[in-house]
This record gives sequence, C-alpha cells and structure tokens, in this order.
Amino acid sequence: MTLRDLINRLLGRQQASAETAKERLQLVLAHDRSDLNPELLQQMRREILEVVSRYVEVDMDEGDVSLETEDRVTALVANLPIKRARATPEVST
Amino acid sequence: MSAAANRTILICSGKGGVGKTTLTANLGIALAKQGMRTAVIDADFGLRNLDLLLGLENRIVYTAQEVLAGSCRLEQALVKHKQEPNLALLPAGNPRMLAWLTPEDMQKIVAMVAASYDYVLIDAPAGIEGGFRNAMAAAREAIVVTTPEVSAVRDADRVIGLLNSNGVQPIQLVLNRVRPKMMANQEMLAVSDVTDILALPLLGLVLEDEQVIVSTNRGEPLTLNDTSSPAARAYTNVARRLRGEDVPLIDPAREGRGLRAKLGRLMTKKLF
Repeated sequence: MTLRDLINRLLGRQQASAETAKERLQLVLAHDRSDLNPELLQQMRREILEVVSRYVEVDMDEGDVSLETEDRVTALVANLPIKRARATPEVST
Repeated sequence: MSAAANRTILICSGKGGVGKTTLTANLGIALAKQGMRTAVIDADFGLRNLDLLLGLENRIVYTAQEVLAGSCRLEQALVKHKQEPNLALLPAGNPRMLAWLTPEDMQKIVAMVAASYDYVLIDAPAGIEGGFRNAMAAAREAIVVTTPEVSAVRDADRVIGLLNSNGVQPIQLVLNRVRPKMMANQEMLAVSDVTDILALPLLGLVLEDEQVIVSTNRGEPLTLNDTSSPAARAYTNVARRLRGEDVPLIDPAREGRGLRAKLGRLMTKKLF
C-alpha cells in the first residue's frame, strides 16, 4: 500500500482493495453461476417490468431487479415499489 | 475416520499456477510419512510436472497408458520414492502418446491403483476441458486449491460447480499463498471472504513461503525434510485433517508478527 493509498483510505476517499475485490467477485460469480450475461439480464429486467406494469404502476427509478448469491445459491431478486394499482389492468385474456 | 482407506481425491483449481502440483507432492509425502500407502497420479499428460517436484523425473519408464495397453504391469509403472517408500508416482501418459486417454481409462487405472493404496491423489490439469474431466471422472472426493485473488477464486467457483454436478464429494478447500500482512491491511481477500463466496469447508491455509521455491529447485517437497517452515507445517496439517484429525487452523493475523514468533522460527531452522 502506498502512502497515497493510505491517506485516501483514511480520508474515506477510497475503500480497501480487498473490499473492492469481494464486491466485484460476488457480482461476476452471480452472473457466472446463472449463465446469464449482463445483456440478457437487462432484457429480462425490461420484460419483467413490462409485465408488472400492466397490473400496477411501478416506480421505475426506485425499482431494481438483480442477481444475488448466498451459499452458492443464486436468486433473482426484484424490488419494485408500487405507486398504485391500475384501475383497468391492461391484461389481454 | 481412521485409515478408512482407498480414498481417491482430485486436486484441482481451474486456474493454473495456484499450487495444485505443489500441494499434491507435499500432501503425498506427508501422508506417506504418516504411514499411509499413498499414490500420486499426474493426470496432466500434456504438461506433466509432478515428477519434477518429487525429484522422480529420471525414473519414469512407463505410464498409465502402457499399463492400460497391457504392455507392462502396474507395479512396473508405479515409481517408488526412494526416501519415502510409502509414496509412489504414476504418470497418466506422456506428450508423445498415440491415443488420448478417456474418462473410462482414468477410472480403470485409478481403480487398479486404489486396490493397493490407502490414498490416491490425482493431480488435475488446469482448465475445465477434457483433461480435467478425465481426472474428475476417476475421483470420489476433491480438494480445490485457490489463492486469495479474484481470478483464482472465480475459476475455483467454476470447478466447484462442475464437481457438484458430477457428484464428487466431499469437496474441501485449501487456501494457498496467503500473505498475512496484506490481509491485515485489507489489501488481500480475507480468509472468510473466500470461504463465504465458495461455500466450502477449509481444509488448510498455506502462507506464502519462499522455501517452496527452494524445495522445487531441489525436487524435494518441503514435507520431506524441512518440517519447520510455515508451508511445510501447513501441508503436514492438511494431511492430518484429511485423515480426520482435529488440527486447529492457523490465524493469519497472528502469523509473522512479534519477536518471539520470529525467534522461535530461527531456533528451529536447520543451519547445516
């Protein structure tokens, strides 16, 4: 660790590289394990939002669909704040 | 779980250069010294190196391929270590061989060896292709070797996925080339980071140790003569844990610090 790294870390400007490594690994492994590339995930995210918004009005800015991994089990986690239900769901029967 | 015998263990990592072959050589010697009849098989026949680390490179005449072809007996192909006769080496093949081995070939040869050895360690080639799959087919359990680096951990994860889907178990982890000082400064993934991410029980923790290079120069694994260096102790402890003994893991935060620890090591170091 160089002196500059140390100062940056003490000032909170930069996190320890081990922490960065851990975060990057967790992200890349979630994708490796699910065999989904970021592009496919993005597409799935769009389509999920599309389906959900037919029924309820979703806060697009706050919403998040991502992969999370714990104990080698990967889960698709969707957190979609609902503004309100649609009066007339745009459902095709 | 004493010498429940006939254990066939794959040593693998995915990424090359993390210490598979060094672990195989040292673990093989350590088990042999603990009285276990041990065979080590070099499953990497394209680029084999286990013979070199064990100092047996000049004594190889036959390989598993000749045994399978029926042109020699198994005993002729197994190279016994002079200083540690409980240990024998069997190379799977050589780069010039005519036909590549199949998973069935590997299963056959490993079963033959396992019939008269307590432990069969299979040193897998790097990668996750044919050579690795051959080696995996012949093993019941596995030891995954990795280092606290993103690329090594990522590759280990891929290998663990393959081992899981092929029913290899138990799978245990050896974390190699740990630098306590860097870990203390949070400049290296912590031990718990790696075990959490890979979700495997830790079989051993090996500190970065220059003596490993010295020992490979000589073709004498550290566990053979030098038992005081950190890596030698770590490998010996891996062997003991593998046999079911309860040996506490070292704490990297307490290694390499303090005058007493340094003096202690100095006192046990062989000067001549």
